[in-house]
Amino acid sequence: MMEITEGSHAVADAVRLCRPQVISAYPITPQTHIVEALADMVANCQLDAEYMTVENELSALSACIGASAAGSRTYSATTSQGLALMFEVCFNAAGMRLPIVMSIANRALGAPLSIWNDQQDSISLRDAGWLQFYAEDNQEATDLHYLAYRVAEDHSVLLPAFVCFDGFILSHTYEPINMLSQEDVDRFLPKFSPYERLDAADPISFGMYATPDYYHEFRYEMDRALKESKAIIYKRGKEFGQMFGRDYSAMVEGYRLEDADTAIVAMGSICGTTKDAIDEMRDEGKKVGLLKIRVFRPFPTEEVAKALSHVHRIAVLDKNISLGAKGAVALEVKDALYGSGIPVKGYIIGLGGRDVRKKDIKAIVALVEKGQGDMFYGLRREVL
Amino acid sequence: MRELRIHGRGGQGSVTAAELIAVAAFEGGVFAQAFPAFGVERRGAPVQAFVRFDDKTIRKRSQVYEPDYIIVQDSTLIKDVNVFQGVKKGGIVIVNTEKKPDYKVPEGVKLITIDATTIALNAIGLPITNTSLMGAFAAASGEIKFSALENALNHRFPKELAVKNIEAARQAYNIIKGAA
Repeated sequence: MMEITEGSHAVADAVRLCRPQVISAYPITPQTHIVEALADMVANCQLDAEYMTVENELSALSACIGASAAGSRTYSATTSQGLALMFEVCFNAAGMRLPIVMSIANRALGAPLSIWNDQQDSISLRDAGWLQFYAEDNQEATDLHYLAYRVAEDHSVLLPAFVCFDGFILSHTYEPINMLSQEDVDRFLPKFSPYERLDAADPISFGMYATPDYYHEFRYEMDRALKESKAIIYKRGKEFGQMFGRDYSAMVEGYRLEDADTAIVAMGSICGTTKDAIDEMRDEGKKVGLLKIRVFRPFPTEEVAKALSHVHRIAVLDKNISLGAKGAVALEVKDALYGSGIPVKGYIIGLGGRDVRKKDIKAIVALVEKGQGDMFYGLRREVL
Repeated sequence: MRELRIHGRGGQGSVTAAELIAVAAFEGGVFAQAFPAFGVERRGAPVQAFVRFDDKTIRKRSQVYEPDYIIVQDSTLIKDVNVFQGVKKGGIVIVNTEKKPDYKVPEGVKLITIDATTIALNAIGLPITNTSLMGAFAAASGEIKFSALENALNHRFPKELAVKNIEAARQAYNIIKGAA
């Protein structure tokens, strides 16, 4: 049913429909309305879950780890410095192979303090072993939660997942969303069936120490599971499409890309504005297209290389910066296109809430056409 | 696509106004998008909120720079903030004031003034002007039906508060309709 609602409330509703059994979150800034709405749902008996309020984000994810190891479907949400505080246990959750799903309303990291959007927070945890989904709009932000649980809990995957959606730009925006019903979600997402669980009657341990004889192989297994999750994303994304008409089987999605000379690669809500800019450039006769990255981990290297094999130049937009190197998406795209001879240029854009307009996208296309890139776009030189 | 920019001060309900206008527009079968320009949130600081209206899915996420409509909740903002910046020719500006304007809107733009503060004080008992201005916006723009606005207010507020706010919106709506 179509309804108009705020992004974070829509996400809270989607999470409710996933029937999490344990939710733990730190409710104070940086946080969104998601966990506030979920707390209301639990208090009002609209959601039968254990809601654990804790003293900080580190404890929130730690509580989720315990609950997930005990065999329950668990959920948390955070952003920015809150995610940074979880750094240590993010690695534990993945290493223990616990399919926790966490919403990240992407925001910048301090210092300097910024409450605004970019994607530095989740990108900075790209190596933690979590799946990372990025939403273009609030429809995707809700749908990707169903997909995230379905894929994460698959016994061939068993890894936690971030569902990332841009803070404020999506989390605080009202727009129409087609919400699924409980029956719909129950059809798509079966009950969590843990592969192993903590059980007093049959004790096992999670997250024990591994000597040099074993650690190397543990990491290999995680990497293999993450890479093999591509097939599960494809399968379940397709199934979702067959059920509800929105197909998420593709980890990357082209827009007017088939005959494009110049390709823009982007991730998250910036894709919407980019599509509008592309339509206008197309009207002016410029052959520009977009490749949207919906899944950043596992990174769809082969899919990116295939989708971009025919273009003459590529401009990658990054709302993050691996300081001292490049934007994280540009690095991946350069790797994917290595040896193809197609020039790939990266543009750091929209950090800390700097607004991105259609004219900025057009300016970047003009830059890549001149071969200029691998730069911060739109620097205010007067304040440097 | 038509775009609305609301200028107010923190605590005046600009974000709520944007949300409820979007909800009312959606009821009328329009694709609507509402979002705030978040700043450092504090009472009295200048804030902005935005609404877009279109017949098809809205993909654009940037802020509103060339609005078709502007609402100014507090006319004292006019000397501090360039509230009329970018307004389109043929656009409508609604300013809450009891005074005769001593400022000019750009050429080809229609200026509507309304004493939303007095309306709000009478109907609600508080100088919360956003609902009166929503009524004025409905009448001036035709983007939303009054009945849809009524539904949105009923849905958002507890009954007693909703009744008062609907009354404020109705008074403003009737004043603008009457003047047209």
